[in-house]
Amino acid sequence: MLIASQILGLIAPQWILLVAAMLVLALDLTLGEEREGWLPYIALLGLGAALVASLSLWNRQVALFEGLFLIDRFAVFFQIIAVLATGLVILASIGYFEGKTPYKGQFYALLLVTALAITLLASAADLVMVFISIEVLSVTSYTLTGYLIADRKSTEAGLKFFLYGAAASAIMLYGMTLLYGATGSTNLAEIGRTLSLASGEGSRWLPIAAIVMLLVGFGFKVSAAPFHQWAPDVYEGAPTPFAAFLSVGSKAAGFAILLRVFLTALPDFRVDWFALVTTLSIATMTLGNLIAIFQENIKRMLAYSSIAQAGYILIGLACWDPQATGRESISAILFYLLAYLFTNLGAFTVVIAVERAVGTNEISDYAGLIRRNPWLAAALFVFFLSLVGIPPTGVFVGKLLIFAAAVRLEYYALVIVALINGVISLYYYYGVLRRVFFLAPRDEAPIAVSTPLRVVLAVTLIMTLGTAIFAQPFIRLALTSAVL
Amino acid sequence: MEFPILSVILFIPLVGALLVLLTPGKDENAIRGLSIAVSLIPLALCLVVWFGVTGMGGGAMRYVEEVPWISAFNIWYRLGVDGISAPLILLTAFLTTLSLFYSAFTIKERVKEYYVLFLLLEMGMFGVFLSLDFILFYVFWEIGLVPMFLLIGVWGGKNRMYAAIKFFLYTLVGSVAMLLAILAVYFDTGTFSILEAAAMGPFAGNWALAVLAFWGFFLGFAIKVPCFPFHTWLPDAHTEAPTAGSVILAGVLLKLGAYGLIRIGLPLFPEPFHHFVVTVPIIPILAVISMVYGALVCMAQWDLKRLIAYSSVSHMGFVLLGISAAAASLEMKGKADSAAIALNGASMQMLTHGIITGALFFIVGIIYERAHTRDLKEFGGLATKLPYYYGITLVTAFASLGLPGLAGFWSELFVFRGALAIIPDFAIIGALAIVFTAAYILWKIVQYVFLGAFDEERWGKLTDMEWWEKVTMWPLVVAMVGIGIYPTPLLNMLNSATMALLDKL
Repeated sequence: MLIASQILGLIAPQWILLVAAMLVLALDLTLGEEREGWLPYIALLGLGAALVASLSLWNRQVALFEGLFLIDRFAVFFQIIAVLATGLVILASIGYFEGKTPYKGQFYALLLVTALAITLLASAADLVMVFISIEVLSVTSYTLTGYLIADRKSTEAGLKFFLYGAAASAIMLYGMTLLYGATGSTNLAEIGRTLSLASGEGSRWLPIAAIVMLLVGFGFKVSAAPFHQWAPDVYEGAPTPFAAFLSVGSKAAGFAILLRVFLTALPDFRVDWFALVTTLSIATMTLGNLIAIFQENIKRMLAYSSIAQAGYILIGLACWDPQATGRESISAILFYLLAYLFTNLGAFTVVIAVERAVGTNEISDYAGLIRRNPWLAAALFVFFLSLVGIPPTGVFVGKLLIFAAAVRLEYYALVIVALINGVISLYYYYGVLRRVFFLAPRDEAPIAVSTPLRVVLAVTLIMTLGTAIFAQPFIRLALTSAVL
Repeated sequence: MEFPILSVILFIPLVGALLVLLTPGKDENAIRGLSIAVSLIPLALCLVVWFGVTGMGGGAMRYVEEVPWISAFNIWYRLGVDGISAPLILLTAFLTTLSLFYSAFTIKERVKEYYVLFLLLEMGMFGVFLSLDFILFYVFWEIGLVPMFLLIGVWGGKNRMYAAIKFFLYTLVGSVAMLLAILAVYFDTGTFSILEAAAMGPFAGNWALAVLAFWGFFLGFAIKVPCFPFHTWLPDAHTEAPTAGSVILAGVLLKLGAYGLIRIGLPLFPEPFHHFVVTVPIIPILAVISMVYGALVCMAQWDLKRLIAYSSVSHMGFVLLGISAAAASLEMKGKADSAAIALNGASMQMLTHGIITGALFFIVGIIYERAHTRDLKEFGGLATKLPYYYGITLVTAFASLGLPGLAGFWSELFVFRGALAIIPDFAIIGALAIVFTAAYILWKIVQYVFLGAFDEERWGKLTDMEWWEKVTMWPLVVAMVGIGIYPTPLLNMLNSATMALLDKL
């Protein structure tokens, strides 16, 4: 039996984030306008403390609260991802809301709650817990998307996100009830055991229907086609730092829970969901890449690009085979998510920097960026190379690991589709880079970049290259975290 | 621990690029001087390696460095040189230094970025020639692609954006095919080591997979070589690239493809290679088409730079023919000598073509800087006005058409001598290319530019070569004449490596 203080230690990341969020909220009301600038740093301190608490849990393997809540390396890995993403996004959003909205502090508080939701989701070991965490994540996300109340696009995006999200959640919840009906339990491990014992007898349609419905909900979170339609509008309308967060943090959370539920509760149905996931994967990457070509707004383009990336990551799940590639394919996904986090946040940071100088997000405004700020141009180039999957960058290694799992199972067709998609994706990234490097700027004025943004750019750039050049420790991290 | 000379060669350009990055952009002469000085270090070390490999014999890998890189995946940082790669890294260092020197006087825009990219490019090229691990090979293969893309796109001619992306896309298509093949080889052999995989002979008993993997690699390499029908990126890229970019592109980057065929294609896939040379002779047919068609297209060009670009297609076809002959000899008795000769010829052609075409692109750059046109119809009679330039061009042009006594002669001779004994039909048709080459060189270049009526009004103010242009050209001319008169050291080095390579097949 664990005593209360031990339990408090085990859920330290969660309550630290909660306390930090409350603190930021309270200080926002009391500090006054001239000291408002402190809030993001207080939020960062909270995140730092949460990170330390997470790391201290590294070697623990405990189930809490009657099996609702599980602490293992997999959960800790996603706690780290959540904290990293939130921290970098907070840094990137310092100064962003200047002149856009009078309410700045709440943004950080809500973002901390979002991070909390992700850490809960990563530890969720019960369908009830899964649903509650997803809803916390969703509700804060809707709010943050519509955060700029004076901006019609932002509020519209928030509403759209809410409507799509509510529908997806409802379907997912229905799927969960079916699973409960089929097994009589909401605990993921228990469901897995029951289904495994029952395999061979009785009909399989109930769990399969549940799988389809769960995929709708999780697919919505990771923005897999055909549940991706919210992404472009939401990315375009949401405050850019939050769009950045959605593209990495929220997506990572979606994959965390997708892996947790499918590999704990439904491994015996692999033959059934394999085809579904493969189809989703091919549809997602192809659709994302093809539609991205026609975008004129860089946030929309990055939305489709992040949809396509979800498609590549899904290959990893499709290639999960407990006999051959079990751990490898999970670790490939984890590594990919980590590398992609830095790369995509970096790309979004460049977008934030340009947006703050130019005021819009039209791709045509990127003309001649190299003359206005060569560092931004060079950084964007590296991030895009990484997104295409060209070495020596992190996402390249991620793709290598994922493709390796697929080649090992001899799913050549899937790899070939992904590789062709990689070539297609070059086209739209090049569309931006062509303007950045080869076209003359309309306005020669240099673009200044604020110090917090520089920090984010430096970190993301170093990590984008570092996760590839010094890949070994990161792959090891992913491998040791790939326990479910 | 031994001095890691190959790592130093590989990363000095990177260090140089970082140093240039830290130099203030206004200080253009410092940037130029620094870059050239930095590029001299690998040049000197490549010479050391050359003599070292000569001393130890080029038949095995020398100066090997092996460090685990991503051990979770059995990926190693493995470098080494043998008799085939030692001359190629020397060529790379040599042409890079000359290019940087020449660019010091011709590149006036965004000097800092230019030199940073050029040094990164040098690192990428070294990396490909030195890597003995597939992933490392692939990483450097792609690293070289990026700076070249920017060099064409930013400093290129009118159509530069189109040319840059075409170059990038073609190469990327080839390299993703190669990546898939690399992974397939890994799961068959359990290693990313090129030599180990070759020794194991991947895909024994799985013919379909072997053929697929072979074509994956072949596509990647053939696009880079480039052989017909994958060559269409080349005229655009060469024509639009800045002079030094064209020199490196033709002089070194094309060799990456041919090198890959010799280092990976032949040792890992002897049976599929043999099959597609002898039973289904696709590869020699492509080689011969590249040679003859390339030369014919040259005859139809009026843009001097485009002409030379197409001449690369033709000349690289010789390399492919030589490699095909070596592959074809596998199941023939008593052809070992001819196979070695053909493969020596192919390896040597890579080097001589690098030197000669590099020189030709400099020559085009020199005239274009003055005349601002490359249209052959607008020139004529320049021989009297620019005697020095004429002399240099004549030597290079004759080397290119294979005149005995100059570098190009030997490599073409060996390719044909080897191929004639093994795949005579293709060799005989391919020999037509020599005739056409002589025709386009003499008729198109020499006659249209230098002979005939001189337009005093238009070209009266042309000046002959400047000192820096002479400094750029003389080392190349010396190399052409030197190899032409005394090819023995080079040939011995190549021969030791090709014999060892063929022995293992």
